[in-house]
Amino acid sequence: MAKTSILGLYEDPEDGAKAMDALHAVGMDPNDFDVLTGTPYPEGAFGEHVPQHRLFRFPVFGAMVGFTLAILFTAGTQLAWPIVTGGKPILAIPAMLIITYELTMLSAVIMTVIGILFESRLPNFAPGAYDTRITEGYVGVVVSVDEGRESEFEEILNTAGAMETKRA
Amino acid sequence: MRQGRQLDEIRINKELLNGALETPAWWKWAVLILFTIVISGFVVFGIQTNKGLGVTGLSRPVFWGAYITTFVFWVGISHAGIMISAILRLTQAEWRRPVTRAAELLTVFSLLTALSFPVIHAGRPWRIIYWIFPYDFARGLWPNVRSPLVWDPAAIGTYLTGSTLFLYVALLPDLGVLRDRTTGWKHAMYGALSLGWRGNPRQWRLQTVAGVLLSALMLPIFVSVHSIVSWDFAVTPGVEGWNSTIFAPYFVIGAVHSGVSAVVTMMALMRWLWKWDNFIRPEHFDALARLLIVVAVAWFGFTIVEILFSLYTLEGPELAFRDMQIFQWPWAGLFVVFLLTGFFIPVTMWLFKGVRNSIALMFWTSILVNIGMWLERFLIVVPALARKQPFVYTWGSYQPSIVEFAMMAWSFAFVSMNMLLFARFFPLIPLFESKEAMIFTTEMKIGRTTIPAVLREQE
Repeated sequence: MAKTSILGLYEDPEDGAKAMDALHAVGMDPNDFDVLTGTPYPEGAFGEHVPQHRLFRFPVFGAMVGFTLAILFTAGTQLAWPIVTGGKPILAIPAMLIITYELTMLSAVIMTVIGILFESRLPNFAPGAYDTRITEGYVGVVVSVDEGRESEFEEILNTAGAMETKRA
Repeated sequence: MRQGRQLDEIRINKELLNGALETPAWWKWAVLILFTIVISGFVVFGIQTNKGLGVTGLSRPVFWGAYITTFVFWVGISHAGIMISAILRLTQAEWRRPVTRAAELLTVFSLLTALSFPVIHAGRPWRIIYWIFPYDFARGLWPNVRSPLVWDPAAIGTYLTGSTLFLYVALLPDLGVLRDRTTGWKHAMYGALSLGWRGNPRQWRLQTVAGVLLSALMLPIFVSVHSIVSWDFAVTPGVEGWNSTIFAPYFVIGAVHSGVSAVVTMMALMRWLWKWDNFIRPEHFDALARLLIVVAVAWFGFTIVEILFSLYTLEGPELAFRDMQIFQWPWAGLFVVFLLTGFFIPVTMWLFKGVRNSIALMFWTSILVNIGMWLERFLIVVPALARKQPFVYTWGSYQPSIVEFAMMAWSFAFVSMNMLLFARFFPLIPLFESKEAMIFTTEMKIGRTTIPAVLREQE
């Protein structure tokens, strides 16, 4: 069934928290409603579902990829064009360590940023109901409901003190 | 006593976006002047490329001069970003909030400028590509990974990429604010750049974790970059004064000294130009000055140790080099100026609270530090090469030519112009950090006095 996104806009964060409580109380799935703010409020300030993430796996994976590529690059190029220096091995380990370290870190950072975007669910250019006043200090409570039940949920949001509701 | 006023989010948006949503009257003139200098720099570079390095003061045996000095100088300045942003973020220092974005930005533009100098110095810039990429696939010839000239691009490239991504991730929430405050093509641009940011708890949580995680990843890179730059010199056994085991930490701490001073310079300018008195306050300068005292003393300790241990060897060439660097004209004069501007004048002044809380005095002392730090790099690079060596058929001194001075002016104009262009489109002070500070800042009554207090979430 098609879904409609409804936004309730609150001037007072306390009212936003009340709206979240009301949505919990009617048995809404926590994945179907969210709170939007222009400021990072302390976790749990709105009684929201605390999101879990797996961000820490990304830099580890990135580091492994970078390390492997760096070893292939540094060892491969030295073996492809050996610079023979009397009594010394073809592979210059100290020099390889430096480049391997940098490429490992580079790959870890790049994968971390990819992980941040992935775990933040970005990019997302079809975000549903939204109001620009959210970045001016208002609190938005957005709920995704089945078509035909919009009025029921607008009522819940209004009862909690919404100054305005919007559909998208 | 609380130094700033408690502002609401509308007011914070209005004040901190005054550079991005409006064009201050002075901005166009400042950018025009800087643009003229930048273009002149490109013309001078074109002349140098056409005529060759003979237009510089470089000559046997001094083949590294003002260009390499300026390269090391800008790499040093770039250490401001991560020092301020990452360390203060990890330690949850509250006073970091207005400083982080500008410091990260300074890192990015300083590194871009620093990377230009080996290219300018090479004389035939197209040959730079040989350092990094195989230039002749037919012969299978590859870059020599044993050369510091390969390590440098690897380190600086990593630092530049990481810093740029770090800056962008922290900018996402503010891009959302700009998207909501603009119309037309600007709205479309900010909308695309913000990637559809909405500000839900998941995004805010990831933003917080990202700040800590990226800081933790960037710190080891930060330490490695100036270490590797120092090894451009330190792995050269044949030049007295360069082949030193303490060069890596010495360069890193020197970079922090110059970088944090550059942040002070920039903060003073930001406060004056955009009238951000509510956000950049004397307490921030006071905190930075205290940090600088510690950093400067540590750096001075390394300077003394570096000289002391070279004398302790009692090796003739090393003693002759130090004699020339410290006691012979013109190096002796530069050495005195270096010590006074890099350490004695600013650190002595920072001991006084009145100086630490004076924006004008902090601005000028931070400028002094960077004059001193440029001279420090010059005194490491040039006298060591200028000293007469046995079995060298020619030797001489070195004086930067007008072309080199022009390129140095270009570098300062290039960084400043880019900062101003960035400030025209993006906020230099993180909006969400300032708003968060307002939520977490309160006042606490203890006995008969009321003090400002900062609340902190339990991790």
